[in-house]
Amino acid sequence: MAEEVKKDAPQMFKVTIDNITVEVAPGTSILMAARKVGGDVAPPTMCFYSKLKGSGGKCRTCLVEVAAGSTADPRPMPKLVASCRTNVMDGMVVKSITSEKVLDARKGVVEFLLLNHPLDCPICDQAGECHLQDLSYEHGKEETRYEFQRRLFEREDIGPYIQLHMTRCILCYRCTYIADQITNTRMHGILDRGEHAQISTYISKAIDNDFSGNMIDVCPVGALTDRTFRFKQRVWFLKPLNAHRDCDKCCGKVTIWNRGDEVFRITARKDEWGEVEDFDGKTGWICNTCRFDKKKTSDWVIEGPRKISRHSVISANHYLDDLKRPHETIAEVMGGRKPKLLMDIHKVSEVNKPTVHLSEIEGPATGKVFNKDNGKLLPEAK
Amino acid sequence: MSTKLLLDKANIEGIRFYKAYRENGGYAAVEKAFKMTPAEIVEEVKKSGLRGRGGAGFPTGMKWSFLAKPEGVPRYLVCNADESEPGTFKDRYLMEFLPHLLIEGLIVSSFALGSNRTYIYIRGEYAWIPDILEYAIEEAKQNGWLGKNILGTGFDCEIYVQRGAGAYICGEETALIESLEGKRGNPRIKPPFPAIKGLWESPTVVNNVETLAAIVPIFNMGGEEYAKIGVGKSTGTKLISACGNINKPGVYEIDMTISVEEFVYSDEYCGGIPNGKRLKACIPGGSSVPILPANLLFKTAKGETRLMNYESLSDGGFATGSMMGSGGFIVLDEDQCIVRHTLTLARFYHHESCGQCSPCREGTGWMKRVLYNLEYGKGKLSDIDLLWDIQRRIEGNTICPLGDAAAWPVAAAIRHFRDEFEWHVLNPEESQVRNFGLAHYADAREVAV
Repeated sequence: MAEEVKKDAPQMFKVTIDNITVEVAPGTSILMAARKVGGDVAPPTMCFYSKLKGSGGKCRTCLVEVAAGSTADPRPMPKLVASCRTNVMDGMVVKSITSEKVLDARKGVVEFLLLNHPLDCPICDQAGECHLQDLSYEHGKEETRYEFQRRLFEREDIGPYIQLHMTRCILCYRCTYIADQITNTRMHGILDRGEHAQISTYISKAIDNDFSGNMIDVCPVGALTDRTFRFKQRVWFLKPLNAHRDCDKCCGKVTIWNRGDEVFRITARKDEWGEVEDFDGKTGWICNTCRFDKKKTSDWVIEGPRKISRHSVISANHYLDDLKRPHETIAEVMGGRKPKLLMDIHKVSEVNKPTVHLSEIEGPATGKVFNKDNGKLLPEAK
Repeated sequence: MSTKLLLDKANIEGIRFYKAYRENGGYAAVEKAFKMTPAEIVEEVKKSGLRGRGGAGFPTGMKWSFLAKPEGVPRYLVCNADESEPGTFKDRYLMEFLPHLLIEGLIVSSFALGSNRTYIYIRGEYAWIPDILEYAIEEAKQNGWLGKNILGTGFDCEIYVQRGAGAYICGEETALIESLEGKRGNPRIKPPFPAIKGLWESPTVVNNVETLAAIVPIFNMGGEEYAKIGVGKSTGTKLISACGNINKPGVYEIDMTISVEEFVYSDEYCGGIPNGKRLKACIPGGSSVPILPANLLFKTAKGETRLMNYESLSDGGFATGSMMGSGGFIVLDEDQCIVRHTLTLARFYHHESCGQCSPCREGTGWMKRVLYNLEYGKGKLSDIDLLWDIQRRIEGNTICPLGDAAAWPVAAAIRHFRDEFEWHVLNPEESQVRNFGLAHYADAREVAV
């Protein structure tokens, strides 16, 4: 059966986004296809989160123009469509940044999103890794035309770990999807409607769930912040490190954010779209124990520095390009010869031999000594 | 001469109850339709050319034929009685005075679509109507028109009345379905359309009250006969709820061949403008359609007489035309201020926006505030361009049509009455005292004294 279907229908759909053609599997959204192309072509997203089922379609920043619906029906779509929730068809032609209409609509959406946003970036913990900040730098205007009082809410502590700052919220609904999909119970949701809509717990109930901390990770703005990290440090001063520990609740693979020896905060590992990475086919959500309670370097096995690939302030102070391994450089300098690292030296040198007194060893090791005969210590070195 | 198909029996005493309704030829459509197959019924509706009466005017037969029919999955028919559009009250009249007409239409439609459980989602503010409908359903059940094995065809059908909680947005079909499922009434993102995945992930058809009631005359007289009434693609009769500055506000049934001028001035319908005033502007199809000034209302831009039907009212697009919409006919006389009127509408849409997608959530409030400033003498000339820019960026960029509905009245008001906005800016003090706008748009007809 399956064989026959394959023969009839093309295996992959060809879709052209901004004059770049990619092949994607049927059922892929335009947005995911555009992300495959990457770069500026990928529309910005504020509410869509590929790891959360049902998310997207709300913020309207990912609007694109469909210039031709498919090979079979090449009519253009009359309205701009939300690329995160529209699936590709074979032969579809999509315009993202090449369309004036799209850029104009995107500018409009940024303006709408910023209308009631307090723009308190200087005192906001999210600043530097805020998606709204990035979006407004890229697509927004430098001034607002809104002359009225902005919507204000009281800050609210929901549970011991999370603070809700509703004034900053852009109502992307991501946190409610988190609660629906990865925790057992949802204790918060959207109250009221329209401009008055707010994320809230039912009668200020505390959110107490092992995975509730992931709400902080998915929040695109500073509406949900980590109470254990509030006002401790600006994110761009922290050094991200990949680390893991054995956790019985979650995958235990995290990014720890250090300054010196001190661990300031712990987040899940996020990819270049700001989404939590997959490990072995499962999304790497982390539990609250890992996130809030294990704040000592000794709790973690550090794997190495983490490269933040997002184009944002947060990556300003970090590892911009791929790390250059020292041996590559040395090999270059040494004309392709394999160097000996200190560990190797110790293995073969007499330093590790307690029978030999240190003073008997002559001076620092030199290439003359170690480069011969694949590192075996030669008799004349003595 | 007007044809009356829906309201012809409305004045019979006791028509609200089963006995009088049955004695006056009620439930004949059910008897007739149950002798046909569901496919034949859909074909008959297609032949009649009936178009959705809720506002969009989509052909009903076509909508029914799109309904997916997978095996082992129930199908649902939902009657959209969440009539909340300012200026529209035709469904209320139908349900209040002719509940059995709706029930009869629902039984036929349920049979055609294979819906064993049919829902009437009724606006929460119509607090007294659910009781009327439930009483009528009970009567129909006792007389064997509902329940198990109706008329020996083996078809089971139950009708449930569900009260809304007072949100305009729940009149949008996917928001209505969400609300019916017990969730927050947010519109869904389409596709999938309700015809594929609607209520409880099952194929669903959502139709307006008047559409479903119109099924009854279609089967009483035959689809082809029905199609002969009206002009072109506007077949049958339409209920118009007229209100505003007219002598006789109320619900009128028209056969879509009469002109707008006749509708406004004829004694059979609105009966003219009271107090010898002149007509200034009119919203022909409920608050969300563009407003038309008097000079474009009676004649199209091409100089043809404008008729009360789908095509003629939308002639000229939005630049010089409007829409049939849901049939809420609001008339404004020369004393009415367009700015104030637009503010009222903007306030409504701001209040009713669900807050799901950002252009509508933030934009409606912004438009309201700018309009408020204009109306109360605090506006600037640049605000008018700003309003235009805001509405342009809302329209077409939202999930559901509420964004469009909020943008169109503002756009049309600025398009046709820009100098009235300017007058408000330039004469802030006078606009406070007079509280009505410029009168020179008023139609050139002589004033009858």
